[in-house]
Amino acid sequence: MLVKKDYTGVYVFAEQREGVIQSVALELIGKARELADVLEEKVVAIFVGKDITNQCQTLIEHGADDVICVDRPELEFYLTEQYAQVVDQVVKAFRPSILLFGATTIGRDLAPRLSARLETGLTADCTKLEISETRELMMTRPAFGGNLMATIMCTEHRPQMSTVRPGVMQKMAADPNRKGTVIPFEPKFDTARFKVELLENVKEDKGMVDIAEAKILVSGGRGVGNQEGFDRLRDLADVLGAEVSSSRAMVDAGIIGHDRQVGQTGKTVRPDLYLALGISGAIQHLAGMEESDFIVAVNKDKFAPIFQVADLGIVGDVNKIVPLLTERLKGMLK
Amino acid sequence: MFRQMIREFADKEVKPLAAEIDEQERFPMETVKKMAELGIFGIPLPTEYGGAGGDNIMYSIAVEELSRVCGTTGVVVSAHTSLCLAPIFEHGTEEQKRKYLPKLASGEWLGAFGLTEPNAGTDASAQQTTAVLEGDEWVLNGNKIFITNAGYAHVYVVFAMTDKSKGVKGISAFIVEADTPGFSVGKKELKLGIRGSATAELIFDNCRIPKDNLLGKLGGGFGIAMKTLDGGRVGIASQALGIAQGAMDETVRYTKERKQFGKSLSAFQNTQFQMADLQTKVEASRLLVRSAAFKKDMGQPYSADAAMAKLFAAETAMEVTTKAVQFHGGYGYTREYPVERMMRDAKITEIYEGTSEVQRMVIAGKLFK
Amino acid sequence: MKIVVCIKQVPDTTEIKINPVTGTLIREGVPSIMNPDDKGGLEMALRLKDKYGAEVTVITMGPPQADLVLREALAMGADKAILLTDRKFAGADTLATSNALAGAIRTLKWDLIIAGRQAIDGDTAQVGPQIAEHLDVPQISYVADLEWDNNRFVVKKETEEGYQRLAVAGPCLLTVLASGCKARYMNVRGIVEAYQKPVEIWGADRIEVDEEKLGLKGSPTRVAKAFTKGLKQAGEVFEVDAEEAVGIIISKLKEKFII
Repeated sequence: MLVKKDYTGVYVFAEQREGVIQSVALELIGKARELADVLEEKVVAIFVGKDITNQCQTLIEHGADDVICVDRPELEFYLTEQYAQVVDQVVKAFRPSILLFGATTIGRDLAPRLSARLETGLTADCTKLEISETRELMMTRPAFGGNLMATIMCTEHRPQMSTVRPGVMQKMAADPNRKGTVIPFEPKFDTARFKVELLENVKEDKGMVDIAEAKILVSGGRGVGNQEGFDRLRDLADVLGAEVSSSRAMVDAGIIGHDRQVGQTGKTVRPDLYLALGISGAIQHLAGMEESDFIVAVNKDKFAPIFQVADLGIVGDVNKIVPLLTERLKGMLK
Repeated sequence: MFRQMIREFADKEVKPLAAEIDEQERFPMETVKKMAELGIFGIPLPTEYGGAGGDNIMYSIAVEELSRVCGTTGVVVSAHTSLCLAPIFEHGTEEQKRKYLPKLASGEWLGAFGLTEPNAGTDASAQQTTAVLEGDEWVLNGNKIFITNAGYAHVYVVFAMTDKSKGVKGISAFIVEADTPGFSVGKKELKLGIRGSATAELIFDNCRIPKDNLLGKLGGGFGIAMKTLDGGRVGIASQALGIAQGAMDETVRYTKERKQFGKSLSAFQNTQFQMADLQTKVEASRLLVRSAAFKKDMGQPYSADAAMAKLFAAETAMEVTTKAVQFHGGYGYTREYPVERMMRDAKITEIYEGTSEVQRMVIAGKLFK
Repeated sequence: MKIVVCIKQVPDTTEIKINPVTGTLIREGVPSIMNPDDKGGLEMALRLKDKYGAEVTVITMGPPQADLVLREALAMGADKAILLTDRKFAGADTLATSNALAGAIRTLKWDLIIAGRQAIDGDTAQVGPQIAEHLDVPQISYVADLEWDNNRFVVKKETEEGYQRLAVAGPCLLTVLASGCKARYMNVRGIVEAYQKPVEIWGADRIEVDEEKLGLKGSPTRVAKAFTKGLKQAGEVFEVDAEEAVGIIISKLKEKFII
């Protein structure tokens, strides 16, 4: 029988890569701070890696009360089983009420593995986290492609786990005077279960700013057609000092990488200007970009749903309008 | 599921090329290769000969769906399947079947059919090409014209006079392979529509083929030709149906988008009523086509059914595509929109594999027999 | 080699539209499709089969209509198909779903399980790793490429900054991206044969799992409420020629001080 009072604290898996604390970790600590203040409980960061102990203070400055630090050579690179054993042991030793992960390729690999190991619920890609009157975590996420929102609760199991996309929550400003406790933790590894070998970790200099950070996005969809059409978008992006992004169709077609995809299965973006070119606006795409400050949509189909979120809509052929727009802007912005 | 698969293939792989191959009058060899991988070239053939083990209804659906986006691609499949694969399957010896059908069904070899001559069109009995037996070989001499898939096909089912004194009973069918000495492909026709399809002359100049390449009985050629064309008409009717449906789809989309006098064209009752009438005719064609295919599958006589299906589907395709251009107005007359191509493609369905007049002869023949 | 591929039938969410008046989803007439990432996973399995020979079993949990997605998999080249359908599975969240699938897979012989990274209707990416945990085998997610080398699977895993190459021996589970490999079309002969092959229908009594872990009972999470987001007011839409359109865009951008 679950005794809820045995489980306290809002815990965050504080993701780092090669010793660099990921922005999403600080965002989650910021959110955890709000939740913990309502519950009057602690914010605890679980910090796992190699040669990282000296960075625990950064997590404290951004809102953590305690940092459970697991600093071992085996943990240099993320591998599912190694990390799962660590976090599993931490959870069993400390009994958190809430456990949050970034919805990254690491968090979305680790969290479900752990939820099955801990036999508890997990809610993916939450956009809103709140505490209910009964002190339960209310996790709200987009469902059914994005237009439907569902609030999910996990009342009979602990910890209450969720993943949150990078960029959704706000981090707190660092306070160098904040004090906290660093708790070193020694895991017991069951090395017989370490079956995956990392052969190579390759960083591709994609030479581009992360689309989630871009101020202007030139985004293309099915209507752009082929590679050639996409090259024209790059020309336009160059003139505007913008980044290119796309809808799922272009990614599935192999024209552009997954890291450029906007939408529910890609990234959430909030640029000052979003140019939706040849994108019909499937709702999962809209879910990823509708918060943009100003949206210009160009599409052949005047009934395309993109026009419902656009501030300015043009019914027309992107492949005619884009080169012309590039040309005119070139003249103006020289 | 079958229609879904062909439609997805047609939309993703065939449609993007349709305007280009029309413009360049280029045979879509790359599409042929892709269709071969999918098993589209042997749909109604039993698996023991390398076919897909499907039936003529599936074959009809495939030709319809391909033609919906590209009439050329539809006829490549139709001519191959109905006019070459089918007669070899239906009239060939076991050796001929084993030799030709697996490679035809896999798409490794494309097939074609040679009946029409400069002086033997609708009156196919006036064959001037001759075949003379010399030892173990037939020696063919003469010309065939308007041959679909010519130059790209490897296997040709060809008709020739073996005994002029017997009239139509002196016509025999033969299987000719493209690399036979004395066989060549002549000039390619420049056409109004289905411009990506290869239509050319076949030239037989002392073309020697093995004695065993006689298809069916000596003197049985005319019967084979007529029977083959019955099947071919199911294919062409399916092609016409597909072109008509494609033009309907384009017109529905366009009339919803296009605004005049402050409202969409589709909101005008004139548009709605005309389109309703046209879709009714398209649906009627579909039922006629499927009914003919079903009777063929069931082994029932379907000659008149195929004629009615082709007559009605072809004339419907012509009417629908003409009106589709009209609905599109000036844009419809330009190559920016596909309806003008569909109108050009539709015309041939009233002509080849028996003109509409021939279909009426066949239907009337059944009525007044 | 024996490969199990987990697939899901999903509504084609790109076809779902929003009723502009009520702001609700229009679900009618939305076609059901094989989840794209799962189709990529099936393609990877079929490529292993083409290259090295393998028996590919596809499995799905869903209503009886999910039969169709299994037939599609058979038509693409899968050898066997299993449909898990039972009222006891109903109301399952990801954990209960993973328990049901793991319970079924436990009764099979296999070397590799492939699942799609995530389904386009739920987008959770959870069921694959959860199955791996239940079956106590290693997992690699976000797999974009897969090779069979020296009795190990060597995979390319996509990450935010680039990719990793990882190696693992079977038995293991991989979750796969649709963009990893372009799925083949069904084959005409495959379609004809897909209707001749049986789809096995399994209920809860046929699988090895504690019934308490299935369906609503086995689901730790509950949907407390569901609601639609209000639509924002649509902006102005112009239907003009390209020249004029460019003029409008530029003047708007100037007005907003973006350029």
